[in-house]
Amino acid sequence: MRAYLILEDGTVMEGLSIGSPKEVISEIVFNTSMTGYLEVLTDPSYAGQAVVMTYPLIGNYGITPDMESERPWPDGYIVRELSRMPSNFRSKGSIQDFLRQYDIPGIAGIDTRALTKILREKGTMNGMITTNADYNIEEIIPRLKAYTTGRVVERVTCRVQKRLEAKRPKKKVALLDLGAKQNIAHSLVKRGCQVTIYPAHTPAEEILSANPDGIMLSNGPGDPRECTSIIEELKKLYASEIPIFAICLGHQLMALANGADTYKMKYGHRGGNHPVKDLKTGRVYISSQNHGYVVDTKRLDPKIAKPAFVNVNDGTNEGLEYIGKQIFTVQFHPEACPGPQDSAYLFDRFMEMMGGKTNAKE
Amino acid sequence: MPKNKEIRKVLVIGSGPIVIGQAAEFDYAGTQACRSLKEEGIEVVLVNSNPATIMTDKEIADEVYVEPLTVPVLEQIILKEKPDSVLPTLGGQAGLNLGMELAESGFLEQHGVQLIGTTAETIFKAEDRQAFKDTMEKIGEPCAASKVVNNVQDGILFTNTIGYPVVLRPAYTLGGSGGGIAHNEQELIDILTNGLRLSRVGEVLVERCIAGWKEIEYEVMRDGNGNCITVCNMENIDPVGVHTGDSIVVAPSQTLGDKEYQMLRTSALNIISELNITGGCNVQYALKPDSFEYCVIEVNPRVSRSSALASKATGYPIAKVAAKIALGYTLDEIKNAITGKTYASFEPMLDYCVVKIPRLPFDKFITAKRTLTTQMKATGEVMSICNNFEGALMKAIRSLEQHVDSLCAYDFGNLSDRELEQELKIVDDRRMFCIAEALRRGIRYEHIHEITRIDPWFIDKLAILVEMEQKLQSKELTPELLKEAKRMEFPDHVIAELAGKTEEEVRQMRYANGITAVYKMVDTCAAEFEAATPYYYSVYGGENEAAASQTGKKVLVLGSGPIRIGQGIEFDYCSVHSTWAFKKEGFETIIINNNPETVSTDFDIADKLYFEPLTPEDVENIVNIEKPDGAVVQFGGQTAIKLTESLMKMGVRIYGTKAKDVDAAEDRELFDGILEQTGIPRAAGGTVFTAEEAKEVANRLGYPVLVRPSYVLGGQGMRIAYNADEIEEFIDIINQIAQDHPILVDKYLQGKEIEVDAVCDGTDILIPGIMEHIERTGIHSGDSISVYPAQTIGEEIKQILVEYTKRLAQALHVVGMINIQFIVMDGSVYVIEVNPRSSRTVPYISKVTGIPIVELATKVMIGNTLKGMGYPTGLAPQADDIAVKMPVFSFEKLRGAEISLGPEMKSTGECLGIAKSFDEALYKAFLGAGVTLPKYKQMIITVKDADKPEAVDVAKRFAALGYKIYATRSTAKYLNAHGVEALRINKITQESPNVMDLILGHKIDLVIDTPTQGNGDKSRDGFLIRRNAIETGVYCITAMDTANALARSLETVSKTLTPIDIATVKNI
Repeated sequence: MRAYLILEDGTVMEGLSIGSPKEVISEIVFNTSMTGYLEVLTDPSYAGQAVVMTYPLIGNYGITPDMESERPWPDGYIVRELSRMPSNFRSKGSIQDFLRQYDIPGIAGIDTRALTKILREKGTMNGMITTNADYNIEEIIPRLKAYTTGRVVERVTCRVQKRLEAKRPKKKVALLDLGAKQNIAHSLVKRGCQVTIYPAHTPAEEILSANPDGIMLSNGPGDPRECTSIIEELKKLYASEIPIFAICLGHQLMALANGADTYKMKYGHRGGNHPVKDLKTGRVYISSQNHGYVVDTKRLDPKIAKPAFVNVNDGTNEGLEYIGKQIFTVQFHPEACPGPQDSAYLFDRFMEMMGGKTNAKE
Repeated sequence: MPKNKEIRKVLVIGSGPIVIGQAAEFDYAGTQACRSLKEEGIEVVLVNSNPATIMTDKEIADEVYVEPLTVPVLEQIILKEKPDSVLPTLGGQAGLNLGMELAESGFLEQHGVQLIGTTAETIFKAEDRQAFKDTMEKIGEPCAASKVVNNVQDGILFTNTIGYPVVLRPAYTLGGSGGGIAHNEQELIDILTNGLRLSRVGEVLVERCIAGWKEIEYEVMRDGNGNCITVCNMENIDPVGVHTGDSIVVAPSQTLGDKEYQMLRTSALNIISELNITGGCNVQYALKPDSFEYCVIEVNPRVSRSSALASKATGYPIAKVAAKIALGYTLDEIKNAITGKTYASFEPMLDYCVVKIPRLPFDKFITAKRTLTTQMKATGEVMSICNNFEGALMKAIRSLEQHVDSLCAYDFGNLSDRELEQELKIVDDRRMFCIAEALRRGIRYEHIHEITRIDPWFIDKLAILVEMEQKLQSKELTPELLKEAKRMEFPDHVIAELAGKTEEEVRQMRYANGITAVYKMVDTCAAEFEAATPYYYSVYGGENEAAASQTGKKVLVLGSGPIRIGQGIEFDYCSVHSTWAFKKEGFETIIINNNPETVSTDFDIADKLYFEPLTPEDVENIVNIEKPDGAVVQFGGQTAIKLTESLMKMGVRIYGTKAKDVDAAEDRELFDGILEQTGIPRAAGGTVFTAEEAKEVANRLGYPVLVRPSYVLGGQGMRIAYNADEIEEFIDIINQIAQDHPILVDKYLQGKEIEVDAVCDGTDILIPGIMEHIERTGIHSGDSISVYPAQTIGEEIKQILVEYTKRLAQALHVVGMINIQFIVMDGSVYVIEVNPRSSRTVPYISKVTGIPIVELATKVMIGNTLKGMGYPTGLAPQADDIAVKMPVFSFEKLRGAEISLGPEMKSTGECLGIAKSFDEALYKAFLGAGVTLPKYKQMIITVKDADKPEAVDVAKRFAALGYKIYATRSTAKYLNAHGVEALRINKITQESPNVMDLILGHKIDLVIDTPTQGNGDKSRDGFLIRRNAIETGVYCITAMDTANALARSLETVSKTLTPIDIATVKNI
């Protein structure tokens, strides 16, 4: 079946329908990872977005257990080519079936490079995937322009508290699930933490009353400025003396809770090759990234926090260290999955902050 | 970390002559690195014995020594030039070994010189088998169970504990020389004995066999601050067991999930950190296909063939960055030249797929074993880029120029299913085609996978291509089907053949339906950032990014494709220089080439680079977009020349000599006309198509005759036939490939061979120099020792040569380059052949004479005259130095290859000896080629009857040098009868001790064995003697002239050699 990708600038690209044949409007973003399409699909941060994979051959190793959450989250999936025969010793099916199972529409056969260039030059924009060949572009474009992602954290966060036990727990960590990738919790469990996962809208008092050794703020989808009530709760967590480590959305929300601002980037950072520099040591690490918003350091009170990491390519903020506090936050993804594991040492640093042992060799 | 200010003058060690396992990639890396150093204001001293390289140009380095790569020579140069640092990581294994030896001996420290780019400790930890194993153990990186042994007995004992099969890897050898897989004790003994001998330190690693696992490579960079990145990873389609240089390789990996990818990436970073490498490094892994178990196979702490491939595959200039790191820069301080926005501390993201296929020399060595093992055999490689795997594979296949443009090749059709299955078990260069045939027969993927261990994903891709063949055969060719076939990069003529149409019909159908190639950019970042560097590949469907620029003149420079015997790095040298010359003249330059190892495919050589196959269709697609003012074909070897006619049909002007004049030089009848007109004699001959016709001509001329196809390079298929049987044999071999042109049969004249390169502007000629071959006619010019200036011909003959050259150039209306080979016999000059194009001697003559031949040739092509440019005409004044070009062979890598020299070229590379005297130049040339004699002062002589009188003189010379001479029965008898003491030894078939025992006993310096005529069969004594000598590391000479030259070189050897800086040679 033919399918069409219609962008709000009027661009129409034709391809083949994959997954669900249903129509969808979403924000179109691109990811440059060459492996890890499954981790991308199951990363809750993609809720409210349709993902373009710039690597042209997708699905080569099929569906493996490498899921970052229970299900795929993107509204749509845009690829150049899906492998017709996945091959891997752990493969249990194809992307095609996986998308169909979760009713996610997609489109294959797209010149994803041309599409990426449009998004790079004009910035992230909204688009529609449809199998209706008789689409009326005049009618669709206003709808695309009107579309907003909305409050997506609510969609992806867990409904009820969950607890993950470590073999011999050394520390108790409260993980605020703003759309957390599973490897965040796994990285902590692996280091000997008992992890309690809280729904995004859990009041700060409830978390603090459990008396955790540390608090972990996760990644998540959407515009951070929309998360007003969560920001209010984070102010209370900040005021506590409990060590806090935050990733991505958690990092942005903590900054917002402390008077900084965030802005939407032209087309974001999504991929596994972004160099970030640790300003303390001068070391550069290749990081996994997935964000469309970034903390505006110009609006940051230098008495509250100072930049800890910076993006080598475009100089945007990649991490903050809060002054006089046991709090540090990063924009990138030390939990990787997909992407390089170079910054996993930050979990060790978090352990140290909690007074625990570092180094979690499995 | 900013640049280290203490580094001001750096000695860069090159990799020496091109041999299998160490080829053009080091010219590419070295050139890039030298330019990168000079950019930083560093004075660069370069040493490389290989003159056919861009890196030995004075534009690239400040001081250039084309000198033998030996420790004493390097020490002398260091004493003379006083560099503060030595950079050894760019010259391959050869460079690394030399750097190591200089450091180990304490010489560097003593003279206050530091190694940069690596440390001796790092080299030791990465290269020494035991040290490497210990290091890996320390950081918990698994290696296959293994043990370093230095004798055969220990090898057997260890293998008994881990079980067969085992892999054997000698330490400190290049391209895996002497390695192999042993399945039983006899094989173990054979390979181990050989490996121990070849290893520089007499060590061989015996290792658990992990054949059949996935072979994955990572290219990693690290700076002095400890920052690491991976440039890319690559997956070998051929599982572990085939040397990666001989494997079909895809980048990035296709069958690894993120878990596997990151697991190995993290491991690679751990390894480079532990080894404390600053610069580039290649790590090879074996990954068990059904688990996460992996083993580190090896680490190369230097730029390598793989790093050249990775650079071209990603656009990330590894050598350039490595050089900057050596100066102290960190990755985040080095700008990414492709984007201008990002930094070197950035991992390239590909949005396409790259396929590399090795170019194997079995078309040259028909007797050699085609089987691929851990011993590399490829002379070169091609790379292709596409946004789908099928397309990339199809493009790579046709880039090889082996008369194969699809998977429907090499005829497996006659085999029964059972035979085909047997064939599948054979790991050789035809395996992909064999799998395709198996798929055509409906043999299941699982079964093919069980036999070949190739991942089913790749088998499925081959199946998709086979299905397309079948659709094209059975279905109507609709625009939709055509579009899909083009997406997979089926060439028009293949589609036409399968669909029962003409190529022109397919082409018209494509144009009518708007199915044309578009070009995408290689930008290191999957379009995330705007790129500034126009480096393109074609795909079908989608947006075209290659916009033709509108202003100014534009020239298409056609490259020479993969490196193969007969068409080597020299042609890349010429293509690059021509490109530079066009740039100087204000042209926009566009290079088309598909060889990832070369300088020409570096993204900053031409204004635009198209990484594409060099077929008429692929070139036409580019012409359609770029609409160049003209194309130049004289510099890209036969690959480019062959495209002349097609380019003219496309309406592209050919700069320089016209196509019809090129034809006149190749076409027998036309050329005879030219010779008659110019009054130049040649050996009598005729043209034929069949063996019968050839025999008639031969009978008329009298044997021996020279038999050869027309329009080939490197004397491909050229033989000397001594009788009718040989004519039958040779014609049959030539006709295995359909010939568009007749076969030439000439009377064979044995005389002095002279070679001339000249530039002609249509009126005047400039001959930079006259070269004389040491070997008489009958041995291909590329395999002969060539001397400039000619030493033994008189003024009168020189005048005739100049006059003939002028007449021929004018008669053929040459504008640009011409290369002519002459025979001088009994005071007369005959012409052998004329090539109205660049030749392999151009780089060395340019360097020795200081005449920028390619630049001049390029400039005359666009209307300049020699006089107008202020150059003299006729024969240029003789240069101050004497240069001897020595061919270098790779026979030891090619089991079963016939090593005796003849009219068909067999050498893979060359080195140069330059000195004030002929004798010193000759000695340096032998030294550069690795001939370091004497050792034991024992030699074997076994020559054919015709050579026996000359053998007496040769033997006398060696005897006078103190050599003990052994000879086979008839040779010994003859020598003894003529006053030379020679010990008679038994033939191979006779009882021990025989000639073979002597060779294998490692006490022989030299074998002189001139083959009895004809190629004979492989079981013949001579063949076995020669093969065994080569495989035992004994220098083997097959021509009396070469033997005399060696004797002379040994007679005149002086202790001190004087290195000559050719950068001081004045430009004329």
